[in-house]
Amino acid sequence: MSESTSGGAQSVGMDEIYAEAEQWHVNTGNETIHAKRIPGRWRTIKWLAASVWLIFFLGPYLRWDGRQAVLFDIPNRQYHLFGVTVLPQDFWMLSLLLLFFAILLAVATALAGRVYCGYFCFQTVWTDIFTLIEEKLEGSPAQRRKLAESALSARKVRIKVVKHLAWVAIGFVTGFSFVAWFYGADKLWQDFFVGGANVAVYASVVLFTVGTYVLAGWLREQVCFWLCPYARIQGVMLDRTTVVPTYDEQRGEPRGRMRKGETQAAQSLGDCVDCNQCVAVCPTGVDIRNGQQEGCITCGLCIDACNAVMDKLGRPRGLIRYASLDEMEGQSVPALAARPRVWVYGTILVLALSGIIYGLSSLATIELKVLHERAPLFVQLSDGSIQNKYTLKVLNKSSEDLMVSVSVQSAVPVTVSGAEEPIAARHGEVSPGIVFVKIDRTNLEAENMPLTFVATTTLPDGTEVEAIRESAFFGPKP
Amino acid sequence: MAENNPFPGENNTGHFWDGNLRELNNPPPRWWMIAFWVSVAWWVLYAILYPMWPALPGMSDGKEDFTPGILGWSSIKEYEQGMAQVQAVRAQYDEQIAGMSPDQIIADPGLLQYTLASSKVLFGDYCAGCHGSGGQGNPGYPVLADDDWLYGGSLGKITESITNGRKGAMTAHAAILTDDEIDGLSQFVVELADGGGGSEAGWALYNEKGCNACHGVKGDGVLAELPNGEVVTVGAANLTDSIWRFRPGGYESAKHTIKYGVNQPGVDETRDAVMPAFSNVGQLEGKLTPQQIKMLTVYVHQLGGGQ
Repeated sequence: MSESTSGGAQSVGMDEIYAEAEQWHVNTGNETIHAKRIPGRWRTIKWLAASVWLIFFLGPYLRWDGRQAVLFDIPNRQYHLFGVTVLPQDFWMLSLLLLFFAILLAVATALAGRVYCGYFCFQTVWTDIFTLIEEKLEGSPAQRRKLAESALSARKVRIKVVKHLAWVAIGFVTGFSFVAWFYGADKLWQDFFVGGANVAVYASVVLFTVGTYVLAGWLREQVCFWLCPYARIQGVMLDRTTVVPTYDEQRGEPRGRMRKGETQAAQSLGDCVDCNQCVAVCPTGVDIRNGQQEGCITCGLCIDACNAVMDKLGRPRGLIRYASLDEMEGQSVPALAARPRVWVYGTILVLALSGIIYGLSSLATIELKVLHERAPLFVQLSDGSIQNKYTLKVLNKSSEDLMVSVSVQSAVPVTVSGAEEPIAARHGEVSPGIVFVKIDRTNLEAENMPLTFVATTTLPDGTEVEAIRESAFFGPKP
Repeated sequence: MAENNPFPGENNTGHFWDGNLRELNNPPPRWWMIAFWVSVAWWVLYAILYPMWPALPGMSDGKEDFTPGILGWSSIKEYEQGMAQVQAVRAQYDEQIAGMSPDQIIADPGLLQYTLASSKVLFGDYCAGCHGSGGQGNPGYPVLADDDWLYGGSLGKITESITNGRKGAMTAHAAILTDDEIDGLSQFVVELADGGGGSEAGWALYNEKGCNACHGVKGDGVLAELPNGEVVTVGAANLTDSIWRFRPGGYESAKHTIKYGVNQPGVDETRDAVMPAFSNVGQLEGKLTPQQIKMLTVYVHQLGGGQ
């Protein structure tokens, strides 16, 4: 935009915007927000971020080794992640995963505000899609408002029915895709439409369809305002160095309508021309010029809107921009590496991530648990030797049935009975076995002696795997 | 009233006291009223679907004294259905077990696991009171987890013990033997238990006083060994190992047993050693079926000392 553009030409463009401005005000929940859609840099980024959700819809159709790549098979308690099968016994990793994402959310909020809300949250993304459909069918915000106020007509009914059907359809696809992660996409397509799936499947799909329709179609920004806990706790996660969409008050104020014919040189007011475009495009209907507030999901759409107006006026962009409070007030902003939060959050992230990587890389094929009998702790046999009883639990995490041999290692000679035959360990199950260990009275060194149980098996491909478990042998005082 | 309302523009009911106290009309929010009426509707629906009201006198059909609801659901029915499911799972194992002998059960790992798991409850109900939860025994009640058996530790002998019960017997020797003889025998028994093999004088006294009639010529309680490996006993303790029938064991304990015997009528201080019969044959209330005895036999045999 060149400096020489005449004031008159600018005003012509602004008239339309001012005509619109009468409409926009902050919504407090009692009316539907019809946000204006305008293109821009943040709008593009928003679409890119939202496209991450395609994984949700397409993921169930990925194949790996002849089965669904990621399948959370709840009835069989097996969770397939590509080549890895995770059993409930490995679920400590899930807590680390949750910790990782919780901290990721915290660190993202501390550094750049509610980026999750603005760009990735399903509520934001689905609402965005729903309102896009609304705009395609009903037209611009002004047309939509007009349609809402108009009397019932065939056209209105037709538009509304198509819109709501489209919403329900999206809700259904959402529920269907969600269930596919748990039920298996192939099987779901086969069973679902002929009534062959179970009640849980249909209930989940119905729940998701209704939930999506109501939350994204009707409640929209009200979810962010009144239902979502994350919006409530953001206040304690932001600080003065957090980068969020911020209105440059010093540059913008005093705001006021641009007078016709006013030139750059004779400008008496601040850069904000009070066109309300930032409010017009806001999906939650807040006025960013009031500062950071609970309704702001930091999606950056107001930045796009303001920049477009500034371009039109020939004024520099960035009246609303991503900036921290300190930056706006001209204070020095510490570097990322100098903020304690970055280090604390970063450390937790790294720890959780390394725990998950360790867990996934060290998933054992078989697991051995040894339960020592407590009543009686030990038994004296008629030849004077002492016998202890152990219940073994062999968990077979492979997809084949295995024969698992158990041996006992000890510093003193032991007689083991009950482990002569290998234990038949069915895949995905825990197989128990009872083993008696006998130690001669003369070899008894202490009331409590260490004992090591070793379970070994040969996998179908010929590799030997073993699981080791420490236990103890109890006896009377020697 | 509205025309002389001193607080115009206020949503009040028109009721005033003392000039300025008035009743305001603040209806609850609409969503609240909707939720309220939905709750009421739910309550009505619930009363139709589920048991809710006590039946009026004369209305109960003799079975249920409440309105059953059109779904016919009740917590007792749900419990019974759950139990039927459990029984259906158990039935397939129980049927197999019914046609098998204890040693066949032990040879089948799956059935053995089922038998051990389900007999644990039986053992807790019928056996643990005396023999301890894990067969660890109690003073006066034998340990079942060791390999020292009064009546034999084979599957057959264990079945016999559970089915018919056992009652030990040992004469009270206080009036038969002199104090010196009782003292000598008591010391001899302690020698045997300590693994010393026993003195010659002790063995002489043991044989002379007829102890070998029950405790065997070797003192191990075995009267005869059958070709099939079973042993013949009368339930007399093995004196040659360090496991004492009557705990805590030792000299004083042995002396007491010799003096007052076991299960002697008329002797106040005699040892009690009675195991009741557990068979329900003859329709005895609260006793065990042959199937249950079979399973308990396997359980006891697998406690650690089965032979």
